[in-house]
This record gives sequence, structure tokens and C-alpha cells, in this order.
Amino acid sequence: MTDIFAKHAGLREAYEGLTAASPRNPFEVVIERPISASVGIIEGRETLLFGTNNYLGLSQSKKAIDAAVETAETMGVGTTGSRIANGTFGLHRKLEAKLAEFFRRKHCMVFSTGYQANLGTISALVNKDDVLLLDADSHASIYDGAKLSGAQVIRFRHNDPVDLEKRLARLKDHPGAKLIVAEGIYSMTGNVAPLDKFVDIKTRYGAYLMADEAHSFGVLGDHGRGVAEMQGCEDGIDFVVGTFSKSLGTVGGYCVTDHDGVDLMRLCSRPYMFTASLPPEIIAATMAALEDMQERPELRIKLQENAARLHAGLQKVGLKTGEHVSPVVAVTLETVDQAVGFWNALLENGVYVNLSLPPATPDNRPLLRCSVMAAHSPEEIDRAVAVFGEVARHFGL
Amino acid sequence: MTDSVAGISGMIIEKLLANPKVPRDIDGNSKIVEDLAFDSLAVMNFVMEIEDELDVSVPLDKLADIRTINDLAACLHTLKVAHA
Ligand SMILES: Cc1ncc(COP(=O)(O)O)c(C=O)c1O
Repeated sequence: MTDIFAKHAGLREAYEGLTAASPRNPFEVVIERPISASVGIIEGRETLLFGTNNYLGLSQSKKAIDAAVETAETMGVGTTGSRIANGTFGLHRKLEAKLAEFFRRKHCMVFSTGYQANLGTISALVNKDDVLLLDADSHASIYDGAKLSGAQVIRFRHNDPVDLEKRLARLKDHPGAKLIVAEGIYSMTGNVAPLDKFVDIKTRYGAYLMADEAHSFGVLGDHGRGVAEMQGCEDGIDFVVGTFSKSLGTVGGYCVTDHDGVDLMRLCSRPYMFTASLPPEIIAATMAALEDMQERPELRIKLQENAARLHAGLQKVGLKTGEHVSPVVAVTLETVDQAVGFWNALLENGVYVNLSLPPATPDNRPLLRCSVMAAHSPEEIDRAVAVFGEVARHFGL
Repeated sequence: MTDSVAGISGMIIEKLLANPKVPRDIDGNSKIVEDLAFDSLAVMNFVMEIEDELDVSVPLDKLADIRTINDLAACLHTLKVAHA
């Protein structure tokens, strides 16, 4: 009998090597419970949370909590069905209408997660006769959506409009539809995409453009519509995809567009059709969080200030961060051992960040990925920077 | 030099040897994942470097069938001929 797990031998070796060298398993950190948006109990200690995607702190929104409780009490906790069968409630339609209005688009489709929004949108839009052009550093959900679609996949260099254009030029005689996919803010590095330049290129080459604003929705742009709003190029983006699991603090994903063709996506997008729809209390909380976000633009301003404070602070203590000031601030280290040691020391000193390891990181280097929240106080940020500085000195960096 | 499979294979080896981590004794029959210890991301990133040299784009599904340096050279040659 062939050992079904034999294929994981390499992974096991890497995993065991890593966990043997680390006082605690980096993949099994347990937040026993959050005390507030910015502080949680980890290993029995109050720990500063700098590794969530809770950018606006809305996972603890009073308004969202109240809406969830009230809705659970009146409608129950689940839909027990898919959107195309018994899983569409009035609330799903209401949320779709609200999001379409927020993004000033004609159509919105809501998915059960952001991961499924990418899978469901990409796989429904292109097939084997088409070409996908993906930023090389795209999120796994984009690559998986590409695989599910069966389309030809071509990677272009990260955030590089010249490379994208070169690749589109090579495809000039290809008869299929071309869909370019980029993210707004990149989840690992905090890099911001030049969507305005991609719009110019896609227009000249007759391609479509999809932007995943997972990390930029609610975060960038005067109204929180993301990088496209900030760069003034929303009209040129054909499809915007995103998630509720970051700035809105709940769970779920969406796709918004002005193309009327998406109506039929509800009948051919398998990740939309063959899974249970979002439960009513989540929809209610998401709508309340969206309202909270719209009513409190100061959260976005605070977030930007906090991002700038953390970014500058980490640079000042001599650490290597990305050039973009965004709510994701990644400190790049050279070796995995160094990163594991650094990450453990941060946690022991009361600061939780994400340990991100290759191949999930660009150019093979480990990252300590920090994310900032509007809910962080300046003192909390300064405290985190001070701990980073002490640990860096301890490791001779 | 890059208009034959052998020429492309030679160019790939030359580029690979520029990386000090790659074993010195590689040839066209070396397996990219097993012998060079490249993971899937490293393969995709390396292919990107050669794409520019040859002015072609290699679709990701084509990479699935490639095991050796010569396989990669043959794939690039086919794409180059089709594109010319
Ligand atoms: C760029 C990007 N797209 C999509 C997702 C998936 O979102 P979700 O957590 O809602 O599945 C994430 C986060 O995990 C992401 O970083």
C-alpha cells in the first residue's frame, strides 16, 4: 500500500526543524480571549496585538455586536443552505445593495469568505480559452481561483507596469479574454499597487482588471473604497473583490462591478453556489460595521497616523521595513532562525506579531509582519517599537 | 545561441551557475526540484528571469510537466518558435 502521507516528508522535515528550534510552536499560538481590540490574553499574559487584520478595531464594534445579538435572537444562527437554494435571506440582498451603494457600483455578490470571493469570481470570469495575468506576489486565493478556472496563467513582476505591458504585448494575437489581477495593499509587505497605471495599460490592450482590496477596503481612500479610490481610477477597475474579515471585523467576501454580465455568475460560480451562505447574525454585524466605518472617518485618519508612527519607529531602531507607509508593516530579516528567535522574544515581552516564512513571503526572506489598528494608542505603538528595539539589540541587529 | 534547445539549455545552466547555492556539476539532465533543491516559488521566479532573455511568457500550467533543465529548454524553445 502506498503511504498516502509520503508526499509530506519534506514538509514534515521543515516543520520539525522549525518547531524544534522554537520554544513555542509558531503555528499554534492561542489568543485565549481578546480584552479589547488591541490587547489579548496569550499564555496567560496581557499581550499587545500587532498581528491581526482588525485595522479599524471593528471586531469589537458595539453597534455590530448589538446587531448580531438582536438578529440571532430573531432569526437564528444559520441559513443551512446555499445562496441558490434556501440560503438567500432578505438580509443577504440588503447587504448586497448596501455594498453596491457604498462602492457606487451596479452589482454586488456576497460570498461566504474572501477566499471564496476570489475563487468564485476568477473561476466564473475566465476559462481555458482565456488568459489571466497575475501579479507574482498574489495571495493564495488568487492562485487557487486561477487553477480552478483552467485559464492560462501568466505572472508579471510584482507591482511592475512595464513588465505587465510587455506580457500583454506578447499576447496580442491571443483570441481569448485577458483578465489582470492585482491587490490593493499586499498582505505580507504592505506594498501598495499602482492600480492607476494598470488601468492605463488594460485600456490600451483591451484587457479587464480585477482588484482585490482585501487589506485596503475601509483603510485607504477618502471614503474607504480602497487604493482605486485613493488613486482616482475606480472607473477603470472592472471588478473589485474584498473581504469583511479585516477592516469590518466579521467574515465574508464580496465582488462589486458595473458589468451586467455578473448576473449569471450566480448560476455558474461554484464557490458561490455550493456552500452555505453567511449566517444572518454575521450579515447584520457586517452591515452595522459598514455603517460604523462610514460614520467614523476619523478611524481611518487615526489608522494612517498609527501606521506612520509604527513605520517610522521601526526604521528608527534600525530595522528594515518596506518603503510604503501602510497599516501592514513588515520587518524583513535574513534567516529563518533569526526570525523565529526574534518572534519568540517579542511574544515573551508582550508583543504579538505574525511570523511569516518563505515560500509564503516574497524573495525568500522571513518577515515579522505587523499590522496596525486605529484602536492602538500612541503609547501602545511606542511600547511595541521599544520592545522591537531591545530584541534587535539582543540579537545584534 | 538561443534558437536551439541546446543553446537555451546552455543559457539556463549559465544563469543557474551565477547563483552560488546551485551545485556546480549540473547539466541538461539535472532535475530542477530534486537536484537543485528549488521549491515551486523558486522555480517560478527563476523562469521569470529567463523569460525576459527570450522575450516569451511561460504559462504556469506548462511548468507542471517540467522536470529537467532540458525539459524547460524544450518548453521555452516551443514558445519562442510559436511566438516568432
Ligand atoms: C489579499 C487577500 N485576499 C483574500 C483574502 C481572503 O480573505 P478571507 O479571510 O475573508 O477568506 C486575504 C486574507 O486572508 C487576503 O490577504
